[in-house]
Amino acid sequence: MNTGEKDWDKKGWKDVPIAGLITEPGTARRYKTGEWRTHRPVWDPEKCINCLLCWIYCPDSAIQVKDGKVVGIDLEHCKGCGICAHECPSKVRAINMVLESEAEAEDGEKVKEETMREGEEGEKERKEERKGEGGNEK
Amino acid sequence: MAGSLEQETVKFVAMTGNEAVAEAMRQINPDVVAAYPITPQTEIVQIFSTFVADGLVKTEFVTVESEHSAMSATIGAAAAGARAMTATSSQGFALMWEMLYIAAGLRLPIVMPVVNRALSSPINIHCDHSDTMGARDSGWIQIFSENAQEAYDNLIQAVRIAESRDVLLPAMVCMDGFIVSHGMESVKLLMDEEVRGFIGEYEPAYSLLDVDHPITVGALDFADWYFEHKRQEAAAEAPVAEVVLKVGEEYGKLTGRSYGLFEAYRLDDAEVAVVALGSTAGTAKAVVDELRQKGVRAGLLKIRLYRPFPKDAIVRALSGVKAIAVLDRSDTFSTMGGPVFIDIKASMYDLMHGEHGEHGEHDAHGAQDAREARDMQGPRIVNYIYGLGGRDIDLEQIRKVYERLQAIVATGETGEPVSYLGVRE
Amino acid sequence: MGDVLEIRWHGRGGQGAKTAALLLGEAASAAGKHIQAFPEYGPERMGAPVLAFNRISDEPIMVHCHVSSPRIIVVLDPTLIRTGSVTAGAPEDAVYVVNTHLSPSEMRKKLGVSAGKVFTVDATQISLDCLGRAIPNTPMIGALIRATGLMKLEDFISDTRRKLEKKFGSKPGIVEGNIKAIERAYQEVKGE
Repeated sequence: MNTGEKDWDKKGWKDVPIAGLITEPGTARRYKTGEWRTHRPVWDPEKCINCLLCWIYCPDSAIQVKDGKVVGIDLEHCKGCGICAHECPSKVRAINMVLESEAEAEDGEKVKEETMREGEEGEKERKEERKGEGGNEK
Repeated sequence: MAGSLEQETVKFVAMTGNEAVAEAMRQINPDVVAAYPITPQTEIVQIFSTFVADGLVKTEFVTVESEHSAMSATIGAAAAGARAMTATSSQGFALMWEMLYIAAGLRLPIVMPVVNRALSSPINIHCDHSDTMGARDSGWIQIFSENAQEAYDNLIQAVRIAESRDVLLPAMVCMDGFIVSHGMESVKLLMDEEVRGFIGEYEPAYSLLDVDHPITVGALDFADWYFEHKRQEAAAEAPVAEVVLKVGEEYGKLTGRSYGLFEAYRLDDAEVAVVALGSTAGTAKAVVDELRQKGVRAGLLKIRLYRPFPKDAIVRALSGVKAIAVLDRSDTFSTMGGPVFIDIKASMYDLMHGEHGEHGEHDAHGAQDAREARDMQGPRIVNYIYGLGGRDIDLEQIRKVYERLQAIVATGETGEPVSYLGVRE
Repeated sequence: MGDVLEIRWHGRGGQGAKTAALLLGEAASAAGKHIQAFPEYGPERMGAPVLAFNRISDEPIMVHCHVSSPRIIVVLDPTLIRTGSVTAGAPEDAVYVVNTHLSPSEMRKKLGVSAGKVFTVDATQISLDCLGRAIPNTPMIGALIRATGLMKLEDFISDTRRKLEKKFGSKPGIVEGNIKAIERAYQEVKGE
């Protein structure tokens, strides 16, 4: 948040909405809290019983659910807090936390690609949003 | 305008300033009023609340537990798209302080009558301008009224000024506590439909309740954005003067009472002039008339729009005057004199150094003018702080001020720049 | 600015000096005059000396300072005379209208004025008779109007009746009592 060199690319005072308003909803989506992660939840669809406790407890809405079933984890926004792994029933243990560095090393490019594809807000959609009248990038 | 001819036949009614302001509020018929009573503003809230109780307005009246809450609720209502008003004085105004800046920063066109009263300590309920002068840098538009008629007229115009899409800033309409608020005077009122037609239907620039256009109001603004937003707020002050003039002229067509940024009273050929605001300006006019009868070229500049300060127009109006006394009904306690004095002096600096001009062109000719202007001394300017805590300022005191100005012109000696008028030594 | 008639009211908290100034101001306004009516705002305590003022003019009134040399002085309570405040600042030809059972010449001695005019009326007795309470303000306006001719009594009464009916609509006795008191004082005031 420090005003570094990069901020000079942002909009000037004549082009921002008045009163510090954010004039479009859901801009928090653009804020990639996934970058904060030191531990990554790894979800095993084979073990998962779809009790959805992880979905209920996740503070970042990062558990992706479709038709009442867990389909993946939004790693762009998951902060790696581990609440999902903690809440996953001990007899199930379908979510386990692994060191982010190890996960990245193991999965390499594959994980990154999957993340991009699985995330509900793909890059394409985000690009469209940016084209629209920009609010503040928060 | 249809009203112009009818206005001449409209009768004066006897009203106190507070009654006139409450009547203006009834005619404005705001969506929300959140207010807390404080002397000498109390009657405004009290009378308006009877209008609410009697069903004469559609206003949602919020009885709050403090002025901080009054301004907070007014801000909330305005952010929700309501035409929202409140009113206060003195300590109550001071208690609103942090919210004043929020109203301005959120660009909410709240209109607030402020009945000027001294600030404690020592405790005092009478008039001076310390309360609103302290908030002169809060981003609010500040309009001062000489009498009950002006308080009424200014309040109606303030709605248009604040809500102008070129402006979108909150506006306070100031009137002197007791002297105007409780003094009964002759006032001409507009018809309800004239006021309604003049202010128009309110269309908020943004609204929290507009679910089709969802917005976030009051988001955290760090170093990477705050400055841009405040720069934008500063830019919003620039068109205010023009809007004030336009609205004042239009109001004149409706009522026969036109309003400008200030009133120049017999100032055109004046050699000595007083700058004042509020009720004192009226008393000073009487002295100007007296002096003119004796052949003294005396004049008066009564500031109406104090914030934003219409510097260029004021400098133009005062540029031909040889000696000026600025009357301040508050002190900055800075050893610099009163706030109006400081503003006038700062404005005159440009005149004396040739940097004043409508276009600011600096061609060869302009540079020559500037050099000549630099050799000019410009008007001599002195300051009188007067009337604190309701101390009466009478004709005799103002006569002495003009006498001193004449002496300054005659001798070229300015003497002490800041004096206290009407205080026991 | 034109000629401005300045009036100073002397009373005690509770006697209605401020209300008298306001009623007179409103009535004069209704009769087409420019007016001011205001009290001297001090601690408002029952019995404490209070002042109220009127300015009445055919032209708009600009000044907003106190009235310091009133041409007309109305005294609601004669005990205020001993304080010396009643004659303070008054011009030699000032008109005094005093609530007292004394005659004008007796009152002139008490006031210590040789020129000008002195009018007296027992407004306290009138208000006791008409209202059952010692609130001498409205009868004193009746006396003032007779003494100075500053407006027509009918104009004042019709405007005041309207005001009182608005305020005391449920108590017609108060309205009629006040009107009767005003008329009686108008008849009974004597001057020299």
